[in-house]
Amino acid sequence: MSEAPADRDSILELTELTKRFGGLLAVDSVSLQIKRGEVFALIGPNGAGKTTLFNSVTGMFRPTSGRVVFDGRVITGSKPHEVARLGIARTFQNIRLFDFMTAVDNVKVGRHVRMKAKVWDSLFKLPRERHEEERVTEEAMELLRFVGIARFANHYARNLPYGQQRRLEIARALATEPKLLLLDEPAAGFTPQEKVELMELVRKILTRGITVFLIEHDMKLVMGISERIVVLDHGEKIAEGPPEEVRKDRRVIEAYLGKSA
Amino acid sequence: MSVGDFGFFVICLTAIVLLAAQAVVHPSEFAQILVFGLADGAIYALVALGYTMVYGIIELINFAHGDVFTLGAYVAAAVMGFFAGTSEDTFSVSNLVALLVTFPAAMLLMGAVNITIERVAYRPLRNAPRLAPLITAIGMSFLLEGIMFVWSGPFTVHVPDLLPHGPGFNTTIGGVFIEFKDVFVVVAAAILVSLLAVFINRSKLGKAMRATAQDRDASQLMGININRTIAATFFIGALLAGAGGVIWGLYFNAITYNLGFRTGLVAFTSAVFGGIGNIPGAALGGMVIGLTAAFSDAYIGSKWTQVVIFGILIGVLVFRPTGLLGMRVPEK
Amino acid sequence: MPAARSLWSRLHLRERIRDRDTAVYGVLLIVALVWPMATIFATGDTFLTSQAAHAGTWVLLAVGLNVVVGFAGLLDLGYAAFFAIGAYSYALFASFQLASSPLHHAYHLPFWLMLFVGMFVAAAFGAILGFPTLRLRGDYLAIVTLGFGEIVPQLFLNLDQWTGGINAIGSIDQPSLPAWITGPWAGANDIAIVRDFNFSFDPVAYYVLIVILIIGAVILVNNLHRSRLGRAWMAIREDEVAAAAMGINTVTTKLLAFAIGASFSGFAGAYYGASFGLVSPDSFLFVVSVTVLVMVVLGGMGNIAGVIIGAIAIYFLLNSVLSSLPANLQSLSNAIGLGWLNNSNGAWPGLSELAQRLQFLLYGLILVLMMLLRPQGIFPSRIREQELKHAVATEEETVVEQAHAS
Ligand SMILES: Nc1ncnc2c1ncn2[C@@H]1O[C@H](COP(=O)(O)OP(=O)(O)O)[C@@H](O)[C@H]1O
Ligand SMILES: [Mg+2]
Repeated sequence: MSEAPADRDSILELTELTKRFGGLLAVDSVSLQIKRGEVFALIGPNGAGKTTLFNSVTGMFRPTSGRVVFDGRVITGSKPHEVARLGIARTFQNIRLFDFMTAVDNVKVGRHVRMKAKVWDSLFKLPRERHEEERVTEEAMELLRFVGIARFANHYARNLPYGQQRRLEIARALATEPKLLLLDEPAAGFTPQEKVELMELVRKILTRGITVFLIEHDMKLVMGISERIVVLDHGEKIAEGPPEEVRKDRRVIEAYLGKSA
Repeated sequence: MSVGDFGFFVICLTAIVLLAAQAVVHPSEFAQILVFGLADGAIYALVALGYTMVYGIIELINFAHGDVFTLGAYVAAAVMGFFAGTSEDTFSVSNLVALLVTFPAAMLLMGAVNITIERVAYRPLRNAPRLAPLITAIGMSFLLEGIMFVWSGPFTVHVPDLLPHGPGFNTTIGGVFIEFKDVFVVVAAAILVSLLAVFINRSKLGKAMRATAQDRDASQLMGININRTIAATFFIGALLAGAGGVIWGLYFNAITYNLGFRTGLVAFTSAVFGGIGNIPGAALGGMVIGLTAAFSDAYIGSKWTQVVIFGILIGVLVFRPTGLLGMRVPEK
Repeated sequence: MPAARSLWSRLHLRERIRDRDTAVYGVLLIVALVWPMATIFATGDTFLTSQAAHAGTWVLLAVGLNVVVGFAGLLDLGYAAFFAIGAYSYALFASFQLASSPLHHAYHLPFWLMLFVGMFVAAAFGAILGFPTLRLRGDYLAIVTLGFGEIVPQLFLNLDQWTGGINAIGSIDQPSLPAWITGPWAGANDIAIVRDFNFSFDPVAYYVLIVILIIGAVILVNNLHRSRLGRAWMAIREDEVAAAAMGINTVTTKLLAFAIGASFSGFAGAYYGASFGLVSPDSFLFVVSVTVLVMVVLGGMGNIAGVIIGAIAIYFLLNSVLSSLPANLQSLSNAIGLGWLNNSNGAWPGLSELAQRLQFLLYGLILVLMMLLRPQGIFPSRIREQELKHAVATEEETVVEQAHAS
């Protein structure tokens, strides 16, 4: 990880990012810049390569080529845990909670990187470990309250209702104290009412000074909340700009043709 | 080429160079060991195929497979005893008849046994946590060994020497003593492996097996009957293991109830060496490991062979987890 | 007075934990305490006490393997290898064995030191083995440990110059508790207020020792379970990709579980060497690894109290039920007039011999049935009450519920 020429405004900068699976170009030379404190949306039909782009940013996949700069550092090819430590947190399109752990424990796992307890501290339950545990439990409860599911604190994650599971995933991601939060279709399967509530939550997250990078299928939803949108189709960036412009773009309409949006 | 691959090839190359040196210095001794190794390797290959096919399709280390192999040898001993009486003449027609009966009998019986094992012990746990089928596999292995232990106790069971043997059925070429059975083992294994290859590549069921190993859910959507395909895999694996058991019995003429544990692990190592899930890899791996074992017996000392074999197992997984020919590894 | 407050709140917590585990621990502790007295009183000898001490070794092993398999979800099929390493570490350095080795010098290091040496040596081997393999897919660890488990006993067998090979290492030193309270007049005829205590062959002493070791181990493992590290293990077990995305370094975290598990095995090995007095390569075969694994799975992976019970149950099954089967069957057949079954006749090996041979088969059958009937073990870990401030939870509940009602 070396220093990159810093653009102070941008928190994430992708340069010609490409990910190839055998013959399939899932992400094809995509460049984009996300500014600090904005909501940036990534849209596109199914299979466009949106999730793959997230995976390439967070180190789940090593990009075939291209560069990822986060907060002034080149993080191309970093391991997922290193990326998380630096301050990128994410949720998953198909919810990936720790099913047989309680909600509060799920969030506490998110605190892992910001905790200091070493093996010896834990083995002998040294006072500083106990205090840290107490503090982290408090913080985890606070986050559950923040996303509005505190009453499920002691339930197994798998027993939470679907919508609350999505919220729990967000709380867990927030627990890592990210500078940038990647949300992969956080409103998938939501009723319109739930979607509105979710967008409220995203606004609340913004007020914490966290930049949000959002994948969403529902165009309308995205229009309401994000300053800028990038549209992906067959791995390629086909449009970029403020919502009103993107909506009128001919290629975007074509890509979405046959879809309700 | 990664560092791991490099290490792997350096080790392989070193072994080959050392062996080549032996071959130049003591050619006839070397060739004699080669003959033993090829015969052993052919049997390991037969057993390894069952491991690799089952792992390829349901990602289970079928611990009971080695014991299915031994049970095949036990059945062979019984059937041969029944048909051939006690005649161990160098060559007789009744021996030939006994052989022709024994092979299909042992193979089919083992096929049935393995299908039953899959049906009873593995299928109900297909969606259970990983550890569950692994433990039933070990339990099934103990169960089969237990059955053979009840059958024969800790004693060695004699398998009649029915293959043509004695004067007229062996020869010495350039100081290397070759018996009919050495040739028989390798040829029989080669025929069986070729049949398997044809079956897998040509038949509808074989294609279904390959498809299921690739992607079970997609295959199901394509209308492949998953349960039947998996059962067929166990059946075919057991046919080969049963044949391997008969051949082992004919070759060594002595078996014990726990033969399958060690043989199974060695065969499994062969499968890993060839790239687990890879069918030609298992056949090749079996030959390589058989040769390795023979050379290790001769040049290092037989008490070290086990260490060498399992050292290879660990080394392969560390340096080149995809094995010699590579396996299907889903990108995570 | 913060110290007093924290003590008080912790006591308060104890009251609140009404779950099954606490009860199980309590019962286990009471049974452990009265066991030697009760059995010695009832049977007049220490046989059952020494059996229990031996079972304790297995409990220790199972508690350790539970860290690897139950907490972190790693598959270890060569756990006995670390047990062997611990046992041989002690046997070599606390017996006359090395006198006949190329070293020509026997070492007699104290048991209490070697207990920890065995532990660290085993952990080191665990780390060496785990480091290259834990990066690979889960099954590979199972295979590598399987291979390692086959190699290690074979090495101890082959390196007979050092280990005595098939002849095993015997007359291993017994632990002793040195007494420091001797008077300044200590000399040839010193008068000690407290004598050195030698364990000798006293089963009760070993029993007390293993109970103390187990209690210590359970406390430490429990602490780990409810810590940053324990949560990271569970997260990896549940979903490795998500765990990594949360910033957990999965390789080092798994390595820790593996090495800590191995260290327990080494620790138990040193105890085993001392208590059994004989260490032989064939005590550490595959079946040992499998048996410990079965104890963990039967007990309900991850649940420490369950694992202890699982270990005791399996030990009882193998060493009492199955091993006394031949004698019991024999007396039963005599009693019901079928005594002739006991004589061997042609292919019929005789009832007792048959039962002897049946043991392995039955063990296999039990393993299969157990997994088919209860794949999640007898005592699966279940929701445990979290250490939350009572007030926080209730206050929150009302707030949220009102919000939802509106
Ligand atoms: N691990 C993988 N291996 C091979 N192909 C993949 C993998 N992940 C995604 N793909 C392919 O990449 C393309 C983009 O997928 P994805 O990023 O999930 O799309 P989106 O999230 O936009 O719906 C799809 O064609 C998909 O099949
Ligand atoms: Mg997607």
